[in-house]
Amino acid sequence: MVLELKKARPVWQIMFSTHHTDVGLMYLIFSILAMFIGGAMAIALRVELFAPGAQLIEDSMSFNRLFTTHGTTMIFLFLLPSASAVGNYLVPIMVRYKDMAYPKLNAIAFWMIPPAAVLVWLGMADFGWYANPPYSVISSPAPAAEMWIFGLKVLGVSSILGSINFVVTILKCKHPDLSIGKVPLLAWSFLSSSIIVLAAMPTFAAALLMLLTDRLGATGFFNPAVGGDPIAYQHLFWFTFHPEVYVLVIPAIGMMYEIIPRFSRRPIFSQGSGIFAFVMLSLVAFASWAHHMYATGMTFTEKTVFMIGTLAAVPASAMHVFNFLATMWNGRIKFATPMMWAVGGIALFFAAGAGGVVNSAMPLDFITHDSYWVVGHFHLFVFGTIAFGTIGFIYYLFPYVTGRMYNEKWGVVHFILVFVGACITFFTQHILGLYGMPRRIYDYPEIDSWIQMNALISVGAMIMLVGMGIFLANLIYSSAKGKPANLHDPFGLGGKYYYPYEQRNPHH
Amino acid sequence: MGHSNWPEWIYVAVVVALLCYVGAEAWNIENLVEHVPEDAEVIKVTGQQWFWSFEHEDGTKEIGELHLKKDHAYKFEITSKDVNHNFNIHEYVVLLDAVPGQINTVWFSPNEAGEFDIQCREYCGLIHYNMRALLIVEDV
Repeated sequence: MVLELKKARPVWQIMFSTHHTDVGLMYLIFSILAMFIGGAMAIALRVELFAPGAQLIEDSMSFNRLFTTHGTTMIFLFLLPSASAVGNYLVPIMVRYKDMAYPKLNAIAFWMIPPAAVLVWLGMADFGWYANPPYSVISSPAPAAEMWIFGLKVLGVSSILGSINFVVTILKCKHPDLSIGKVPLLAWSFLSSSIIVLAAMPTFAAALLMLLTDRLGATGFFNPAVGGDPIAYQHLFWFTFHPEVYVLVIPAIGMMYEIIPRFSRRPIFSQGSGIFAFVMLSLVAFASWAHHMYATGMTFTEKTVFMIGTLAAVPASAMHVFNFLATMWNGRIKFATPMMWAVGGIALFFAAGAGGVVNSAMPLDFITHDSYWVVGHFHLFVFGTIAFGTIGFIYYLFPYVTGRMYNEKWGVVHFILVFVGACITFFTQHILGLYGMPRRIYDYPEIDSWIQMNALISVGAMIMLVGMGIFLANLIYSSAKGKPANLHDPFGLGGKYYYPYEQRNPHH
Repeated sequence: MGHSNWPEWIYVAVVVALLCYVGAEAWNIENLVEHVPEDAEVIKVTGQQWFWSFEHEDGTKEIGELHLKKDHAYKFEITSKDVNHNFNIHEYVVLLDAVPGQINTVWFSPNEAGEFDIQCREYCGLIHYNMRALLIVEDV
């Protein structure tokens, strides 16, 4: 199975191609680029917070712009496109179709992303990635806010187009001999997450338009000065973006479902429970959005309802973890780089989920809300789980995409550095939150415990920076000069049985 | 897939039982926490970019500092003049959004004399990081 780059081609041939592996390659390269841009911003933030007082960033406005753009970049320009990259490569192959259902639409969905990225990066809005009114309506400087709104609008449309494509490809274009229950779990993960996008994204699209007209002074949906309700925006926003968390995490779990059985040399413990848990997650994703809003003055009943909705997501996630462990149990595990990332990701997923239970319990949320606890918590999800799965999968795809092997030794070093760095950074952030440090602050008072923990967190970030530098060097060097990979078994696992999707594609 | 799956169902049952426990306990405690004592004195708290102002029941106003008595119940009525803020006394787990056009209430009873930080925990712009005030609890 060679997915890509059988022979060198001019760049424009790839750029104007609508073939799923070419579009997948563009998604992949763009998302890696965005990851390094967003990562550089994170490093700047951590250098600034290393100690009280101004370190690197002159003023608080630049800091606010940086953390906003960091978050927006990582979610919309790294994680979503990197999931699309994996889906583009593998979903058509897994459902045994020649391409995505709508190849041109697929290319259009990708090409909407770079202009949107330019808007976000040049604008550098300052209101946090959630753009809460009334700040975002009456106080946030133009034109950055407008550029962010238009950028997100375009990204939302791109995301909807991509999702339509995945749903149609999986449901309508799969091979007639392949029943939906036998479709590999990675493809199932794209089916679930795409359906969530289609149900959730229009709400945010509406909220963005309302925000824009509010800013233009034409309306006052969210502006209390003219009778609007700022809390309504938060409901609309989180109705989209709590499910969006699942949109990101479900493909990452799907990627782990691809990696874990291969490297454990066993079939997946239970395909059925994997599918069940995906469907469960997609449903309960919509039952918990207002757990982000306990502190807005919700009534006791509202809080109780959303606490129950949040806790309902836990059993399904726990079923995935069980499935992974049961697959690895008694397996002849080979800890190659992709497997390390997947297993590390599962460990951090478990920790993140446990922290989530704490947040959802109403009285405890009033300790952790908008503190560094929350920063640590969601980074364990988006970085520790989703990015870990994604990076593991980039290693896994690497031989198929380039025909060459990455350097295994440096891959392991990369994993160890980032895993250690992530533990230092994100677990310490949890504790710092319990000591009361609010998030989104440019500077902090000289409280001993805060100073020590901030320094430790920044050191963890630097360890991750070294790891990611090794990753970049490994990717570039190995794609040009790496050893040619044995494409029938690049990881030396033995036996074709472990690559079920490798059956001949009847249309190729 | 053709094999028995009972360990998974036992495991899910254990997880669900744990979650029920967490949920019930949270419900219970939140119920207690939200019960405001009847003799609680009302303090009006107003957040605006980027400072806190307070008004006592007797009309005394304070800016950036709040003087309260030990072992006395207080109910905060929190609002904002411009954008969203979040009124937070971390040591006493007092935390609630200050939303313009809306009054949110939370109560507490300081049981220790001394000075405590009041901070803003909701992003509110340029000086959000330094939107702080001081709570001074006096022994009477």
